[in-house]
This record gives sequence, C-alpha cells and structure tokens, in this order.
Amino acid sequence: MKYKDYYAILGVERNADADQIKAAYRKLARKYHPDVSKEPGAEEKFKEVKEAYETLKDPEKRALYDRLGTQQPGHDFRPPPDWWKQFAEHQGAFEGSFEDIDLADIFAGLGGRRRSARARGGPVPIAGEDYETVVHLTLEQAARGAEVDLQLAMPEYDEMGSPRRVMRTIKARIPPGSTDGKRLRLAGKGGEGANGGPNGDLYLTVALHPHPLFRVDGHDLYLDLPIAPWEAALGAGVEVPTLAGPVQLKIPPRTRAGRQLRLAGRGLPKPGGGAGDLYAVVQIVMPSVLTEKEEALFRQLASVSTFNPRGHFAEGGHR
Amino acid sequence: MRVDIAEEALWLDEQGVVTVAQLARLSGLAEDEVRELVDLGVLEPCDPHAPSWTFTSRCVLTARAAGRLRRDLELEPHALALALFLMERIGELEARVRGLQARLARIEQE
Repeated sequence: MKYKDYYAILGVERNADADQIKAAYRKLARKYHPDVSKEPGAEEKFKEVKEAYETLKDPEKRALYDRLGTQQPGHDFRPPPDWWKQFAEHQGAFEGSFEDIDLADIFAGLGGRRRSARARGGPVPIAGEDYETVVHLTLEQAARGAEVDLQLAMPEYDEMGSPRRVMRTIKARIPPGSTDGKRLRLAGKGGEGANGGPNGDLYLTVALHPHPLFRVDGHDLYLDLPIAPWEAALGAGVEVPTLAGPVQLKIPPRTRAGRQLRLAGRGLPKPGGGAGDLYAVVQIVMPSVLTEKEEALFRQLASVSTFNPRGHFAEGGHR
Repeated sequence: MRVDIAEEALWLDEQGVVTVAQLARLSGLAEDEVRELVDLGVLEPCDPHAPSWTFTSRCVLTARAAGRLRRDLELEPHALALALFLMERIGELEARVRGLQARLARIEQE
C-alpha cells in the first residue's frame, strides 16, 4: 500500500483544526475542480485533494489515519498490526496482501460500511461509484463507429468488505456520429454496487485525434484544397479525399483563394440521421520552380492582362 | 483482468429523454433538487406545462455538473446557477473558437 500525506496535499499542519482543513480544501477545490479548471492534471490533483479532505474532515477517519504515523509519500508501507486491529473493529477482518490496496478505498469503504452497519434491518444497498473517462477516436472511427477497450482501475470488495484495486477492461461500442467533446453513457459499467445496490455508470467524453487532412467543426469537415493558378483561372475537375473515399469536385472558372466549395453530406454522420458537410477551402499554389516555357507564358499573360488586384488601394480600400 | 462484453454507449444529447426520477438517479441529486434547478433556470424540461416533466438526456450532464459543484464546492443555489451559466457560455465560446480555427486555411510558412 502506498502512503499518501493528506496533510501535505491540503497544505496544512498535522495539528490543523477542522476550520483550517475546510478552508484549505475550499481554496484548492476552486483551483482544481475539473468542471472549472483547465490546468493540466487538474482532475488528478482534485481527486487527491478531495480524498485528503474526505478523510481529514471526519474525526473517526482522521484519527485512524493519524495512527498510521508519518511515512514517505508514495513509498510502500504496511500498517502496524494494531492499526489493522482498530480498523477491523469498524470494518471486519482483513486477510491477504496490501500490495493492490489504495488508501482511498479503505477510508471510502469505511464510510459506506459504517452507514450500513448502523442501519437497522440488515445492510443498506450502496450504489456503485460513477466513473468518467476519455475515449480517443480517429476521425474515421468517429464516422463509422468503433469498438474500443477502456482500461480502468476500480475498487472491488471481497466477502469481508475489504477493498482491492482491480484493472478492468470495458469494451464499448461507440455509435457513428461522434464529435469532439461529445458525451456518452455506459449504463452499469462503473463501480460495483454493494449489498444489492446498483452498479455505477461509466461516462465517456470523446476526444478526436487531429487528422492530417481534415479539420472538424461539429459535424462539418474542412479540407485545404491546393490548386494551380491556371486551374483557378480556367476551372478544373479535381479529385478530393473524403472519409468515404475520393470524389470528383468541379472547380468553377475564376475561383478565388479562400473560397469554400461545399460537398453536401460528406462530413461526419449525425446521430439523428443525415450528415454534416465537407468544405474544400481553395488555396492557389504557385509552383516553386518555373520552366522557361512556363515563365515565358506568364510574361505573355502579364503583358496582355489589364487586371490590377490592388486597384482598391488607390480608393482608400473601398472596393 | 476482467473483460466485459462490448455494450453500446448511449449519446447524452437532445435525442434521448429522461424523467425527473431518472435524472435524479443519474445525477445523484434528490428530485427536489432537480426541481430547484428548474426553478433557477439551470434545467429546462421538454414541456414545462406537462403534468410530469421530462428532460433531454443532455440535461444529465448539466445535473451531474450541478451535483458535483454543489457537493465539492459547497455552492449555494444562486451561485451554482451562475457558475453553470458561465460554464455553458465558456463551452459555447470554445466551440466557436474551434469552429473558426477549422475554417482557417493552414498557411504555408516560408
């Protein structure tokens, strides 16, 4: 079992009173709460802070924690035998190794079981904890739907009520139509309930991997479409990639740079039916090297053309 | 290691519908707290005049966030409503920024 210094996590002295502990928690909770903080690692930090507060705000849990003494944070340790005896008064006997036990599960389990022990007429059902995780998808997976393996460490309780961290692989089918930040729910795939209580749920947040060609806005996709100056001037038929394979796109004559050509229904599918669009954003690209003949033709064009792309400069910017 | 059978994940969006009881269970709030969030304008029933309210399943996310903020930050109801309104506004603005970034052509650096 790894030792966690709950006092250091909250930034308080070991003799801090309840008000000081509460004030320290509130300050850190505002800073790291995952619903409001964008700091990297805020969620993990908040979990630590909350775990420390949940233990230290409860006099019974705090006393039990204090009896563990001071250890080096993160180092493996074994609670003294008399500590476990005191814990067992609340919890029941414990057998087995301490290796895969998380200190948080011990104190969290203590609260739930204490409530159930106090209840009359048998143990009270305790619902399993809800979990949240991020599921990373490629754009192709988001478009077609995907089956993904999610690995989560969740506490499980043996017959004696002792907690143990177990690595679970949860398979989830993500239906077609995900967009960045989209949320989904897997019913009953969170933590296990106790005493006949229901399992918790697993909440998923979709994060799309950046695509080398397509940029995403909701269900619409944007693709940079490089074309040659003569294709822009004369129009052309070009092949463009889509998520479902290449399609032909007609470039109209006299197409300007930055023009968006829409391919209807070629974006990401929508859960309710239909699909977003794909926009090809025109970029007019010059060859980096011109042959003698190409250069001669451009010179010829320059000599006959009356086109002045900067004509509006003379009119103070008014076109 | 335990491996489960693949299950279909359900969207939490405007398509699905939940009752007050389901919303309370999924968010960990009491039904009275759900009704209080409706009074505060944080949650909007599909039809506020219906005899028994239903909500889009997207409201599960708002209600869960409300439950977490109330529990973890001990916010009083009006502060909670304000925090949720600002969080939603930030979410909308972030989505607009992402949309504008998607529209911008990648510029080739010399």
